[in-house]
Amino acid sequence: MATQQIDQFAARLRPDTKASVYDGSKKGHEKRTAVLFDHFPDANHLRELAGNIKQHVVENLDTLLPAAAAALERNGVKVHWASTAEEANAAVLAILRARGATKMVKAKTMVSEETLLGEYLEKNGVECVETDLGEFIVQIDGDHPSHIVKPIIHKNRREIATSFEKHGLGAYNDDPQTITRRARVHLRKKYLEADAALTGANFITSDTGRLVLVTNEGNSRFCLAATKCHIAMVGIEKLLPRERDLGLFLNLLARSGTGQQLTVYTEFISGPKGPAQPDGPEEMHVVFVDNGRTNALASECREILRCIRCGACLNVCPVYRQASGHAYRSVYPGPVGAVLSPLLAGDRFPELADLPKASSLCGACNEVCPVDIPIPDLLLRLRDKAKREKVPSAGAIPMTPFGVLATSPSLWRTAMTMSKAMNHLPIEVAPVNPLQAWLGQRTLPDWHGGDFRKWLKNRSAKG
Amino acid sequence: MSEFPPASRPAGKRVQLMATCLCDAFYDDVAQATVEILEHLGVAVEFPAGQTCCGQPAFNGGDWPASRRVVRHTVEVFAGELPVIVPSGSCAAMMFHGAPLEFEKEPDAAAITALGNRTWELCDYIVNGLGITKWPGKLDARIALHRSCHSRGTKSGDSAAQLLASIPGVTILPFGEGEQCCGFGGTFCVSFPNISKGMGELKLDHIRAAKPDLVASLDMSCLMHFGGLAEKDGQPIVARHVAQLLRDSLKAI
Repeated sequence: MATQQIDQFAARLRPDTKASVYDGSKKGHEKRTAVLFDHFPDANHLRELAGNIKQHVVENLDTLLPAAAAALERNGVKVHWASTAEEANAAVLAILRARGATKMVKAKTMVSEETLLGEYLEKNGVECVETDLGEFIVQIDGDHPSHIVKPIIHKNRREIATSFEKHGLGAYNDDPQTITRRARVHLRKKYLEADAALTGANFITSDTGRLVLVTNEGNSRFCLAATKCHIAMVGIEKLLPRERDLGLFLNLLARSGTGQQLTVYTEFISGPKGPAQPDGPEEMHVVFVDNGRTNALASECREILRCIRCGACLNVCPVYRQASGHAYRSVYPGPVGAVLSPLLAGDRFPELADLPKASSLCGACNEVCPVDIPIPDLLLRLRDKAKREKVPSAGAIPMTPFGVLATSPSLWRTAMTMSKAMNHLPIEVAPVNPLQAWLGQRTLPDWHGGDFRKWLKNRSAKG
Repeated sequence: MSEFPPASRPAGKRVQLMATCLCDAFYDDVAQATVEILEHLGVAVEFPAGQTCCGQPAFNGGDWPASRRVVRHTVEVFAGELPVIVPSGSCAAMMFHGAPLEFEKEPDAAAITALGNRTWELCDYIVNGLGITKWPGKLDARIALHRSCHSRGTKSGDSAAQLLASIPGVTILPFGEGEQCCGFGGTFCVSFPNISKGMGELKLDHIRAAKPDLVASLDMSCLMHFGGLAEKDGQPIVARHVAQLLRDSLKAI
């Protein structure tokens, strides 16, 4: 029986990669649970509240987005709009060209992974250096992140030491501190040489136009301290209505993402440097990126736009743990990716229509989501959409016979009793694909079709 | 849309039994045990003979039109106002959560939601419907209770644990990563065989490490999957539905 691509990927996964992903996500989930419920025994109500606030943002983007843009401009920020990945990349390049910038340092941002910004800039003669340690390793390896928060969750330190050696960052040494120190020395030079810095945004407040960044390595601060031009690439859904909402969201984001009370660095940026400030970017730009988000907004799954990219659903997901992030063939892996990626793909939905099927619908993702996204419901809606749009699906079990049987009590009862023959036939050779797939791995209990009904009948006859 | 079973559901002592297709086909003893424990509690059990399946296989498989046909049939068969009792957290969740989801835009959505609003998973009904928290009899068993995923957010898992733990002789054993899915997932287990097996083996490793006498669950589907994996592997486990254990305990009276 044909199996799904994600399952085939999981089967081919190297045991050490699988172990890295499994251990990393399990630890992440355990930390999150301990810290969140230790501090907020009633955390589920906070998740619900945060979900309502983000849903409000999603439902009111048409007013909150212009409000945010106006607030940003009041703060001296230049706002740009990009419908597509190409437009977003071109907007960044135009800003850089206007300044004659040829070297850029970059903090971690998932939206720039969507647009493949790094590759685009390199092609156009701009050096683009990732400064988040994980992203830096991904960049020198020519790899892609496999987790939203922990981009190299799929690598172990021996692999990292090998790539450092290969790229001239010192002789093989897999001590994490040594690796970090070497990256730091290498990156310090890059900060000082850079003409511009690019970041994402975890939140932008619509009322005050404040851009909030959370990091743990301090790299985004180095990016902004050393350069004169700050460009932020931001998905249009990244808004919060009010500055006062930040308290709730910062508390939830760090705990859900990394099991921290707060990340090590939380930056509140209200525009380019003021006249009294000696240092900092003279120029600040925000590039708001759609890149398929309005497709998601127009779909039956707009709740997915609440996502604040904490990665908690990846960490808890048993399928992600078995398959790893690269199995999802898209920037966003795991449960959130299984909904978001096919929607962002727009017309190319059929290419990723298998993602929503990669779930046992266990519901753990919804249970941990800081904005309470009903991910299993959205996965189901996308399965229905794929079926309606007649996207072929590997190993799908035709449900028409089931529908016929299960709507006719007499056929159903006959099938129940007749199938008892299964107990006496060599079912190992029966030409039924799902049955064979089941029996390949498991035994099947004896068929007792109709026995319960018989028992009931005998009892009432006696009674 | 109803996220959890509604707070207020009819909880009288005349009920309709939804036996589930798995009990109809394989696990007649689970359905029998369900009838026996309900009758022990003085509940009159009716069994609408036209029942087939809750429609979940097609719902999860993405064939909503086929699923809706089955759900409509089920709503017809379970006519009336009586509580509907299901020895499965998964089928119960299909009635109060899944079916309303796939009927959101259908003209008969109200009838579908109405059935969900009187559907109870068995242990939830016993504890929260009838108010029974102590189970009589005796059962010498160290039990690993697998809380099936479709009972998340409901009171079913805690209710089952409470009833079992109250039986003299029973010890409930905790085991690692109890909240993780066993990898059944309906059609998922055959279209994602490698991932499903990996999940099932992890579940078995954790359960075996706790050294229970038996594994209990609210859902035969999970037990059929990872019990079948264990048996194929030559290391069978003793797998029992909670209803069977409650019934066995009564035999000691």
